[in-house]
Amino acid sequence: MSTSPSTPAPESTSAAGTAASPATATPSATADATEAVVARGVERIFAGAKGAEVTALTGIELTVRAGEFVSLIGPSGCGKSTLLRLIADLDEPTAGVIRVFGKTARQARIDQAYGIAFQQAGLLPWRSVAANVELPLQLHGIGSAQRRTRVAELLELVGLSDFAGHYPDQLSGGMQQRVAIARSLAEQPRLLLMDEPFGALDEMTRERMQTELLRIRAETGAAVVFVTHSIPEAVYLSDRVVVMSPRPGRITDEVDVRLGDAADRGEDLREDAAFFAGVTAVREALHGHEAAPATGSARGVDVR
Amino acid sequence: MSGLPDSAVATQPTPPRADGAAAVSGGTGTPAPDDRGGTAARRRRRTGGGPLARFAALVLPPIALFVVLVLLVELIVVSAGIPPFVLASPSAILDQLVQYAPQVLAATLATGLNALIGLVIGAVIGVLLAIAASSLRSVDGMLAPIVAAVAVVPIVALAPVLYTMFGSTSEVARIIIASIAAFVPIFLNTLRGLRQVRPVHRDLMRAYAASSGQQTRFVTIPSALPHFFTGLRIASSLAVISALVAEYFGGPRAGLGSAITTAAASSAYARAWAFVIGAIVLGLVFFALTTLIERIASRHR
Repeated sequence: MSTSPSTPAPESTSAAGTAASPATATPSATADATEAVVARGVERIFAGAKGAEVTALTGIELTVRAGEFVSLIGPSGCGKSTLLRLIADLDEPTAGVIRVFGKTARQARIDQAYGIAFQQAGLLPWRSVAANVELPLQLHGIGSAQRRTRVAELLELVGLSDFAGHYPDQLSGGMQQRVAIARSLAEQPRLLLMDEPFGALDEMTRERMQTELLRIRAETGAAVVFVTHSIPEAVYLSDRVVVMSPRPGRITDEVDVRLGDAADRGEDLREDAAFFAGVTAVREALHGHEAAPATGSARGVDVR
Repeated sequence: MSGLPDSAVATQPTPPRADGAAAVSGGTGTPAPDDRGGTAARRRRRTGGGPLARFAALVLPPIALFVVLVLLVELIVVSAGIPPFVLASPSAILDQLVQYAPQVLAATLATGLNALIGLVIGAVIGVLLAIAASSLRSVDGMLAPIVAAVAVVPIVALAPVLYTMFGSTSEVARIIIASIAAFVPIFLNTLRGLRQVRPVHRDLMRAYAASSGQQTRFVTIPSALPHFFTGLRIASSLAVISALVAEYFGGPRAGLGSAITTAAASSAYARAWAFVIGAIVLGLVFFALTTLIERIASRHR
């Protein structure tokens, strides 16, 4: 059995897990390339109305190894999307350091060290499916012949080869999201950042997309940071689930899942005892140990 | 006539059936009875069939209605002996239209040219100022009250002043009036379009480390284009109306407005109506062309 349910994560489980957690022992500023993401003492405070401050994140310590699939889970307002945006350098921390493959987040963004997918597919409606997938290649000056080959590969990968000439408004939500994932993979990133990419999809499409994501991830070997509020989704996909809590947004627990190699995970895993054990472990970590599993979801966490 | 663009805006998202009926009935100046659309829809459903059958089902009913109405007016005018200065008979108008065809065409082209030049100038200035206002907050603050003031300037108030400024033989005054009328909707719509970039697209371009030039070319301009074309469509009708109405207040004798006043003043009522038909056709051409461009530009949205 590869799960370790209810095992406390090595990192601090106390409410305001600040400075001295074991993970700080690893070299941070000089992190080598085996670590995809390293966050040390990261804090993000938003200036609210009339001088009020909102602490979206505090004392974040996170390490994502190369090739590792890590989910960030927690109720609305726990700062999981904010943390992803900080890693992507779409926003900047008010304190702390973020390193992506040993570089600053800003340098990593400029060097295109990651691919990103959002909850909204965010396709450009005036461009065809093929033109949307090739957008990052075009922006970075790749020649058109090379672009065409790569786009064909990517559309093959997400099973949309027949739709290259279609426009986004002619596709279903699931297909649009697959185009967005193909686009995020265009430059073969070693890190994928995904912010609830399946959040707007129906349950059936969602499960199919999850299986597809595992397959793609096994083929590319990329590290993934995956934001979700669905416990089964996090358990099914991840090597490790990072549990977050709101007001102020912080990491409260980590659960090692490791249900096996991404390539070996099939649909039958969803009915496996190890899967349910993982779900229970994450749920208990989310709700605190006093919460009975039978009560189901609470605090805005989705038990789908 | 100024009701036309508004009603067309309102019917734009509905199926072309309603659009066509509204445009034709609006253009011919007849009221659009509400049962019209319903009849057309029923007929279309019954025919189903190929694109040709659907086109016929779309176009034939309004034409049939138009013909019936014209014949009815003809019958009333002739049988009741209505004098031409009250209502000219359709046959007399047609007769004048054929007889004065070259003059009607020349007048339509003269007014149309003024409207077109005015539309182009208004569009260029509108787009340039919208770009300035969207990129610099201070420019936006300065422009907003001025645009609001320009938007409410009545052509009636401006025309005589401009004729005095540029002389009564010059078309410049009319072009300026048409540009002012066209400028306002183009500026407002383009500005709104430039501010319409979706946050997810902005994040995406930042994640791809796109330069500001690339951001403009790949996202900002394509996002704003449909809004610009909506502004252009509204402006096209306003430019025609303004160029024509400006002619009522003086200036050179060329143009539809001048021809209508001249014909009416010399008691040639049927001929005045013939020029009015020229004006209707001109307005429809501008409106149809800009609507077509807008449809193409906002195909995939």
